[in-house]
Amino acid sequence: MAMNYNAKDEVDGGPACAPGGTAKNRRPDNTAFKQQRLPAWQPILTAGTVLPTFFIIGLIFIPIGIGIFVTSNNIREIEGNVFMYYGLSNFYQNHRRYVKSRDDSQLNGDSSALLNPSKECEPYRRNEDKPIAPCGAIANSMFNDTLELFLVGNGSYLTSIPLKKKGIAWWTDKNVKFRNPPGGEIPLEERFKGTTKPVNWVKPVYMLDSDQDNNGFINEDFIVWMRTAALPTFRKLYRLIERKSDLHPTLPAGQYYLNITYNYPVHSFDGRKRMILSTISWMGGKNPFLGIAYITIGSISFLLGVVLLVINHKYRNSSNTADITI
Amino acid sequence: MERDTAAAEEPAVPGRRLRRREGRTRTVRSNLQPPPGAEDPAAKGARHLADNRLKTTKYTALSFLPKNLFEQFHRLANVYFVFIALLNFVPAVNAFQPGLALAPVLFILAVTAFKDLWEDYSRHRSDHEINHLGCLVFSREEKRYVTRFWKEIRVGDFVRLRCNEIIPADILLLSSSDPDGLCHIETANLDGETNLKRRQVVRGFSELVSEFNPLTFTSVIECERPNNDLTRFRGCIKHEDGEKVGLHKENMLLRGCTVRNTEAVVGIVIYAGHETKALLNNSGPRYKRSRLERQMNCDVLWCVLLLVCMSLFSAVGHGLWVQRYQEKKALFDVPEPDGSSLSPVTAAVYSFLTMIIVLQVLIPISLYVSIEIVKMCQVYFINQDAELCDEETGSRLQCRALNITEDLGQIQYVFSDKTGTLTENKMVFRKCTVSGIEYEHDANAQRLARYQEGDSEEEDTVPRGGSLPQRGSTGSHQSARGLHRAPGTTSHRRSGSRAEARRASMLSKHTAFSSPMEKDITPDPKLLEKVNECDRCLAMARCQEHPLAHLSPELADVFDFFIALTICNTVVVTSPNQPRQKVRVRFELKSPVKTIEDFLRRFSPSRLTSGCSSLGNLATTKATHKSGSSSLSALSSECSLLRVEDQLGGPAPVITSNGYSSGAAGWAPDPKPELRYEAESPDEAALVYAARAYNCALAGRLPDQVAVELPHLGRLTFELLHTLGFDSIRKRMSVVIRHPLTDEINVYTKGADSVVMDLLLPCASDDARGRHQKKIRSKTQHYLDMYAVQGLRTLCIAKRVLSQEEYACWLQRHLEAESSVDNREELLFQSAIRLETNLHLLGATGIEDRLQDGVPETIAKLRQAGLQIWVLTGDKQETAINIAYACKLLDHDEEIITLNAESQEACAALLDQCLHYVQSRGPHSVPEKTTGYISVGFSPLCPPSEPATSGPCLSLVIDGRSLAYALEKNLEDKFLFLAKQCRSVLCCRSTPLQKSVVVKLVRSKLKAMTLAIGDGANDVSMIQVADVGVGISGQEGMQAVMASDFALPRFRYLEKLLIVHGHWCYSRLANMVLYFFYKNTMFVGLLFWFQFYCGFSASAMIDQWYLIFFNLLFSSLPQLVTGVLDKDVPADVLLTKPQLYRSGQNMEEYRPRTFWVNMADAAFQSLVCFFIPYLAYYNSDTDLFTWGTPITTIALLTFLLHLGIETKTWTWLNWMACGFSVLLFFSVAFIYNASCATCYPPSNPYWTMHTLMGDPVFYLTCLLAPVAALLPRLLFRALQGSLFPTPLQRGRQLAKRSPKKLSAPKETQGPHVGEARTDPSEPRSVSASRPHSQDYTSQASWRRQQPACSREASGEPSVVDVSVPLREAPGSSAAPERYPGDSRTKPSRPAPLASIFSLPGFGSLRWVSSLSLVSGLGSVLHFSRSSLQVDKQDGEFLPRRPRPDRDLCGLTAASKQKQATDYF
Repeated sequence: MAMNYNAKDEVDGGPACAPGGTAKNRRPDNTAFKQQRLPAWQPILTAGTVLPTFFIIGLIFIPIGIGIFVTSNNIREIEGNVFMYYGLSNFYQNHRRYVKSRDDSQLNGDSSALLNPSKECEPYRRNEDKPIAPCGAIANSMFNDTLELFLVGNGSYLTSIPLKKKGIAWWTDKNVKFRNPPGGEIPLEERFKGTTKPVNWVKPVYMLDSDQDNNGFINEDFIVWMRTAALPTFRKLYRLIERKSDLHPTLPAGQYYLNITYNYPVHSFDGRKRMILSTISWMGGKNPFLGIAYITIGSISFLLGVVLLVINHKYRNSSNTADITI
Repeated sequence: MERDTAAAEEPAVPGRRLRRREGRTRTVRSNLQPPPGAEDPAAKGARHLADNRLKTTKYTALSFLPKNLFEQFHRLANVYFVFIALLNFVPAVNAFQPGLALAPVLFILAVTAFKDLWEDYSRHRSDHEINHLGCLVFSREEKRYVTRFWKEIRVGDFVRLRCNEIIPADILLLSSSDPDGLCHIETANLDGETNLKRRQVVRGFSELVSEFNPLTFTSVIECERPNNDLTRFRGCIKHEDGEKVGLHKENMLLRGCTVRNTEAVVGIVIYAGHETKALLNNSGPRYKRSRLERQMNCDVLWCVLLLVCMSLFSAVGHGLWVQRYQEKKALFDVPEPDGSSLSPVTAAVYSFLTMIIVLQVLIPISLYVSIEIVKMCQVYFINQDAELCDEETGSRLQCRALNITEDLGQIQYVFSDKTGTLTENKMVFRKCTVSGIEYEHDANAQRLARYQEGDSEEEDTVPRGGSLPQRGSTGSHQSARGLHRAPGTTSHRRSGSRAEARRASMLSKHTAFSSPMEKDITPDPKLLEKVNECDRCLAMARCQEHPLAHLSPELADVFDFFIALTICNTVVVTSPNQPRQKVRVRFELKSPVKTIEDFLRRFSPSRLTSGCSSLGNLATTKATHKSGSSSLSALSSECSLLRVEDQLGGPAPVITSNGYSSGAAGWAPDPKPELRYEAESPDEAALVYAARAYNCALAGRLPDQVAVELPHLGRLTFELLHTLGFDSIRKRMSVVIRHPLTDEINVYTKGADSVVMDLLLPCASDDARGRHQKKIRSKTQHYLDMYAVQGLRTLCIAKRVLSQEEYACWLQRHLEAESSVDNREELLFQSAIRLETNLHLLGATGIEDRLQDGVPETIAKLRQAGLQIWVLTGDKQETAINIAYACKLLDHDEEIITLNAESQEACAALLDQCLHYVQSRGPHSVPEKTTGYISVGFSPLCPPSEPATSGPCLSLVIDGRSLAYALEKNLEDKFLFLAKQCRSVLCCRSTPLQKSVVVKLVRSKLKAMTLAIGDGANDVSMIQVADVGVGISGQEGMQAVMASDFALPRFRYLEKLLIVHGHWCYSRLANMVLYFFYKNTMFVGLLFWFQFYCGFSASAMIDQWYLIFFNLLFSSLPQLVTGVLDKDVPADVLLTKPQLYRSGQNMEEYRPRTFWVNMADAAFQSLVCFFIPYLAYYNSDTDLFTWGTPITTIALLTFLLHLGIETKTWTWLNWMACGFSVLLFFSVAFIYNASCATCYPPSNPYWTMHTLMGDPVFYLTCLLAPVAALLPRLLFRALQGSLFPTPLQRGRQLAKRSPKKLSAPKETQGPHVGEARTDPSEPRSVSASRPHSQDYTSQASWRRQQPACSREASGEPSVVDVSVPLREAPGSSAAPERYPGDSRTKPSRPAPLASIFSLPGFGSLRWVSSLSLVSGLGSVLHFSRSSLQVDKQDGEFLPRRPRPDRDLCGLTAASKQKQATDYF
């Protein structure tokens, strides 16, 4: 600030710098804060002071790691509810332009957005002068293979495993974020009137499912797809296999038959499809990484602690003399 | 003058200001007069002349926004950020919602704008207040003075000011209630000087009989254009009859000053408002860029480069990715809105731009803001430090520059002024020599010694007139008068104690230079006797023809000497009865001789000889004069000018016999009034007080006369004809007076001996008188040299008797010079030189300028801290060297190289010799070489004191003339190289310009951080040139302070300012800047690694809100708190171990290597923090932002933990800040994620955080990743702390392990606190149990130079008989001082000193042996163990002086023999 001439100084006896001015006689307060004497903890990082930290990290992490590892490996047993996933690899759902290509207002059932989707959806915004519902590249590229699971019973007798379609999406997504266009009892087809299906889709959005609670925008397969995956290799929850009784395992051992209705091309981008059946534990699906990582870090930490202990023991003498000589 | 015609044509409007802006002049006319050419309306609007409205605001309501924005965009960073934000508006490349991206930029801009607005508003308010102050302005309509607001004053208005009013504009003084046409003003607001300045009514107006009537003022004033030179005003006033009178700065009342002691004055406004000198002088604080900031900016550029590289890499990657998937029509490859697909190149370009947006965090918007905040807080804390507050004056340190605090921690060179900076600038008369006879003033020396004693000692009290000031600080005199205690009724305890002196000086701070120490001089009995004898003789003979002839030449010299001391100055006499009221003794109305007529009037025609007949002709025409007309005839009588007042105590007799009217009403009825002397320089005051001690008291001073009070003669009034003021080129001042006893015209000159000695009348060597004179001169020169050796400031007093003819001739040319407008300074200078020749030497004085408290300790500390200290002084070489010894700048075991060269070639040769010597000396070949002469004129006599480690320290002493040669282009490199080898450099007799050149040279050539410290106007240039300028707010006004970055009350505070605050500021800021770079790199790293998994599409897994506000909100507070409060080493450790300061000098905290290590660590941490969540969530059904949020959380936790590792002191504020950050992040995330189900595309983070909080993996990764990321750093820190601790870490450990050890000595460590000091005269017990007290003893005695030291040392011979290492000798000064806590353990552990603390040049032996007292002790014992004869030892102690006539000026490196090695 080039001009800080304080005119008041002229009258008050000069700026604070004038000797003998009234301003000068203000002695600074002798408070701990102003004199920078606040009580403080002053840790000094040396081998001696830091080694407990390493040991503590080791002692905490190793048990955690073992716990996680065990839990993760226990997932193998197909007991309890079984989750059926489809997996895609090399599918860049996190691509910047792809991630943007949606209209949340439309998905939320906003009537105006339904007929006039956001520009972000381009070029999947309109088709043949009709607004696309749901618009955007994400919706357009929705996974549309169907998977059916059969238990091969005695004598090639196939028992269809009941796959639950609902309950696979986040509750908030299903109930808050995604809504069909308003209309109460009016059939869904009417409510989506004036829109057209995404280019790649075989059927319009209001025909995704026969169940009205799982149709249109609130179709859970759709909702799950719309939650764009973080990494190019991902899985998405497809169905739930509920445990029927405590007596029988959900999926008893045996031969299973998977029927895939192949609609979704992945060859173009060198992608692969997978189907995963898994139970989940308190910490989610099977992933040995965390357990191993915890054990590794814990062990390293513990080892370093030992190293530091040695160093501390060796150099304690010299550091003791330090306080005299410095 | 050719301007006359132009001025006459000046058109103007009645009642409006008039002026013309032609060339270099301005013309001012009365507003009351109908202007000439008023009918010319065309020009009226065009000419704008500043009115007196003060407007310091920058903005108006309308202009605020554009102007402020414009200013803010001067900062490149702001432009960058706005550019990036605007880039977001381009759909193809945008990364964030455009509005959101703009938010932080707008926030920063808004905060700055708000700050500016607030500042501007407070300025506006104070402007308003000022503008509406009232003052009396003559109204044309009402024909009287009416009250107007300040802002309504215009140029050309007549303003009437009363006592104690503040002057509203620059006013030309036209009338004063004072019969002499005087006005006193106080300029404290302008330059901080508190002594009263005298201003004079314009010549010709003071003689007006009736009151000045503005309506009749028809003259035109021509003066310079507004400028900011406070010390100059040039112009002339043209009366209607064509007569021209010159105007000087003495005629000006400057805005901001206060009228004192004058009932009322009237003047015409010359400059108003922003054209006044006060406002033109006011330039705001300077913007300096600190070294650290420069380095940081360089690293910011590296970051920009890194950013570009990352973006480029990403762009290429994206191009390839697009190429690969486009042809396959991959589902996730979104085509352009029109359906066409992007070409890989276009995609790459878009990706590049988007990456720049996404990675913009690398150059964080908060960096600059944070740094400013931290610096502001640092300034606040420095300002608040109670230990930097001077109790004596109540003044404290001020930071005037706000953004170079951290430079204080990196200073390498300190350039210090001597007088007023190292010394108190409290001049005490110590010795004098008159007519070749020296007067020792032993009693005075004893008295001075008492001032150095402890507070406890109280002397017998002597009742004494109250010398307490009675003037309120800013209050009116009237009220102060009521508070005044009548002198004599209350007795001020006269005690020699320091505390008393301090108290008194505190009270009397409004009277400059008058502490009791300076005032009470104990006269030398011999000299006093002589003075009295003179006085008596003269009193008897005063009515005879030649009274002085009755005195012996010696007595006449004594008499003249004291008269000269008394009157050859500009001291103003005031009386405490009427505070700051001039003591008025009025005999006649007359001003100094300013015109020929005046001269003729005063000196009767009969005396004028034909030699000046032309003057006589003039005289006849102008014989009549308003006031002095009656006196013409009386003047001719011989005794007419002898205005004598009878004996003291008697009421002033009205002397009517000679026709003079006597206005004796001002005579104080008090028989012995306590007069106060207000001097412009402390030397003057000291001399006047000294003369008073010899009963030769200055009783009053008027522009035309000086009254001197003598016991027998009574009051002698000298007619003061001229005062030729002091200037630094002439180095002398003179007064021309008419002697009342002899009626002769005498010139008394007082000046530096080097100058005055050359101006003496050449004395014939053939007659006895001449030989006698010669002897006197050589004796005087001898004493002068002796004084200089003792560190006294010397002044020569000389006299010249002028004949009437000589005077008349000189006067004519002088008057010509005075009345010329152009080149007047030069002409006056020449005129002064013509007068000051053929002088008769009277005597010389030695004035002591005592060292300030704690200067030697501070210098020792600063030196330990690795600072090179150069002293640049205008003093003479011997004085400077001795002060340097006294303040331990030079040590006796040092070799001193003295460079005194007469010519450029000699200087070059000497430099070569020195360089040769310095190089040949080398580090290894020490002891043998130094025994003999190395080269001609070079005599290192002493064997270096310390064996092996390094040679003896070198010191360089160079005088001004040689310096001028050495600073020439071809020699400067050699000079610098030589100076670099020297431990200290002393430049004597240097001019202000040289000072700044030296600083500039060191700064630019050695690339060193420089600090200049000084107190006077002569240091301003040096202060401005240095990286850090420090001003001492001492006795010599505020110019230095005004120019400085930091203002200190005392030199000793420099120690804490640099060593503690400087270090802290540097380390805090360096660490914060590093942390900033780390933080941003690490954060950006996360995003960059992700690009490998999103096709380099510039996608971000971190929600844009987090991305944008992360730096601004979540992670900013803890680092600010740490940046403001962190103390890497406690203050007491820093003070006891000044060597820790070197870390800042060497930029250990923040150097390129640290920067890159830091960046590498950031890269590693970002890898860990990215891949642990990556692997943890690999092949899971997590979505982009549900995965990104844990990463953000991990990043935040890592940052905080990292900061935790780097934070050295954890106060509750740190804990709070960290807790607050985490809390803020989670609460913002919670609210944000719950706020809107459909907003914030594309991330749409609805319920993400809530879901995550139910996911154990979230917690597990958040625990694992930060720990894994920080393990290496923690390990590194621990290993470093144990294996290779830096000095700072050792200091920290020391503080931790022995907090009591450190705090205990701190209390007794007097120098910092300025408290108790033991009595040196007390017989000292030789015991090792009193190391501290002995330390101070030695320090105190050192202040009194060598005699004290030798006395002390020789009084204690037993010390050296002890065969323990000298370190343990009780007399060794610095060892206990430096190791206050360890003094007991030291003897048993001598070894680790050097080995552990292995800083360069830090050997233990050198450490110990550089203690001056130790070496002094050694040499004293060597020379004369029992000798107590002080003088001789002085000679041995000190380097050989150059001859007075300087024909032998050569390279003399003289040191003394020293046997300290014997004791090792």
